[in-house]
Amino acid sequence: MAENIKLEYIVPGDDFTRAGEASSEVKSMLKKLGLSSSVVRKVAIAMYEGEINMVIHGGGGKINVEISPEKVDMILADQGPGIPNIDLAMQEGWSTAPDEVRNLGFGAGMGLPNMKKYSDEMKIESQVGKGTTVYMTVLVS
Amino acid sequence: MNSALFFHSVTLDRDKCHGCINCVKRCPTEAIRVRDGKAKIIKERCIDCGECIRICPHHAKQALFDPLSVMDEFEYKIALPAPSLYGQFNNLDDIDLILHALILMGFDEVFEVAKAAELVSDATRKYMAREDIVRPVISSACPAVLRLIRVRFPELIPNILPLHAPIEVAARLAKKAAMEKTGLPYEKIGAIFISPCPAKVTAVKMPLGTEKSHIDGVVAIREVYPKLIGLMRHVDTNKDIASAGRMGIGWGSSGGEAAAALKERYLAADGIENVIRVLEDLEDEKFYDLDFVELNACSGGCVGGVLNVENPYIAKAKLKRIRKYRPVSCNHLPDDNLEIYTWDEPVEYEPVLELDSNISVAMEKMRQMRQIEAKLYGMDCGSCGAPSCKALAEDIVRGFSNEEACIFKLRDEMKQMAAGLSRLSSFLPKASREEKDIFDVSQKEGNKQ
Repeated sequence: MAENIKLEYIVPGDDFTRAGEASSEVKSMLKKLGLSSSVVRKVAIAMYEGEINMVIHGGGGKINVEISPEKVDMILADQGPGIPNIDLAMQEGWSTAPDEVRNLGFGAGMGLPNMKKYSDEMKIESQVGKGTTVYMTVLVS
Repeated sequence: MNSALFFHSVTLDRDKCHGCINCVKRCPTEAIRVRDGKAKIIKERCIDCGECIRICPHHAKQALFDPLSVMDEFEYKIALPAPSLYGQFNNLDDIDLILHALILMGFDEVFEVAKAAELVSDATRKYMAREDIVRPVISSACPAVLRLIRVRFPELIPNILPLHAPIEVAARLAKKAAMEKTGLPYEKIGAIFISPCPAKVTAVKMPLGTEKSHIDGVVAIREVYPKLIGLMRHVDTNKDIASAGRMGIGWGSSGGEAAAALKERYLAADGIENVIRVLEDLEDEKFYDLDFVELNACSGGCVGGVLNVENPYIAKAKLKRIRKYRPVSCNHLPDDNLEIYTWDEPVEYEPVLELDSNISVAMEKMRQMRQIEAKLYGMDCGSCGAPSCKALAEDIVRGFSNEEACIFKLRDEMKQMAAGLSRLSSFLPKASREEKDIFDVSQKEGNKQ
């Protein structure tokens, strides 16, 4: 049995030009691994949305990815302001993104809902003032 | 996978190849390696985009195409000029001049690809009106883009417009009409495409979306051009044979096809790197509200093809001038039947980039690849013949290369070896006094005195 592949990415805060680098690298690795294109796409979208959230709201952070033959686990952790009401944040269209971010085409309030939609399991841990950690899993088979 | 199935029109002239890494670095699918001092194309990965032909300073990369004499094999010869051909001439306002010159060249008939393009645009609009399709619809006219999606973006295959490219439609319609007109059998009629790009040659020899292309020969614009220039002076007829409007001619440069689809929410990208970026983002659903996506591997669209003569942007400006004198669109589908326009067979994913078909094995290879890559120097210098350190690591894992191919690694090993030799030299046996003296400079000099 092959060892799981573990990856770690530091996401810099406030740099939109680099947002999405980590998810795009993971995407190309998953393609090389020969995972089905729907799995690759689910991971790429869920992780990209999470990565963007870390840049917009979390001031950057760290992403850990673990790939096994059965599933892809992603843990996205930031030390940002935290989410006061997770249920509200999960609603489509709900956004607290500032105007300058919206002007760039982000902040449509679809980030967390898309992460939920494209991952098979998702859990959010958040403490106001301390930060947010999102756990996502996409099943391979 | 049978690599014999991967015909390519891009080939190498071994004598001209210096083994430099210009093409290796440029290739968008990392399909070239330098081996034994010569560039080698990995057939399964090549999409015939022609980037290597464009960049090779030694003109060692070439496109295979037919000589003009290919038309002599047929009793009735039809020329299919690409719209980009019209952008190659100075001070030209009348397309008929080119078309008549083609007749003087020996063709019995000219069927403009731009005419077929207008019909394909009509068919596209009808297809786009359907509710059951995957959006945004991605254009299938550029064969290099089609092949790129097939090897790199399988998730986007359902988005591809499942219609034949205008050249294929042109060949089918022209030959059918010629059979009726002349009474000749199908094999005696030749449809010869005058092409701006090598990918079209591949599209004819190894078509996607159909089992067999109806085009019988592909000649390069740059071959036909000098002959046409000469013949255009001898055109002495005013007979109107041009039958394409602005819309069809517009297909010759980037944005033309999308504009002809009459959709407001469209995107047109050209240049292979831009195309890849758009496909990556489409795959990640980063665009919303798009109906149509036109992608051209060459900068500027078909006018940027490597078999053209004129600078792509100048050709684009010239096309614009010619278009001005044409009606908007001259060709429309007679009915809603799209049968002859629709692909005869689906395009399927070719997983040529996978490390292994077994995921556990692939993961083990990926792990090794990462380990090897971490040991390399990250210079991406290309001296090993691979485009980057990452690609070398992958080649090693696939068994196509080894770590010593890296000159930095090799230099390091030589350094260690040299240090080892020097260390060993100080351990000469005590018994051999003489030899010890040889290495002792002060003693040697003392002896001289």
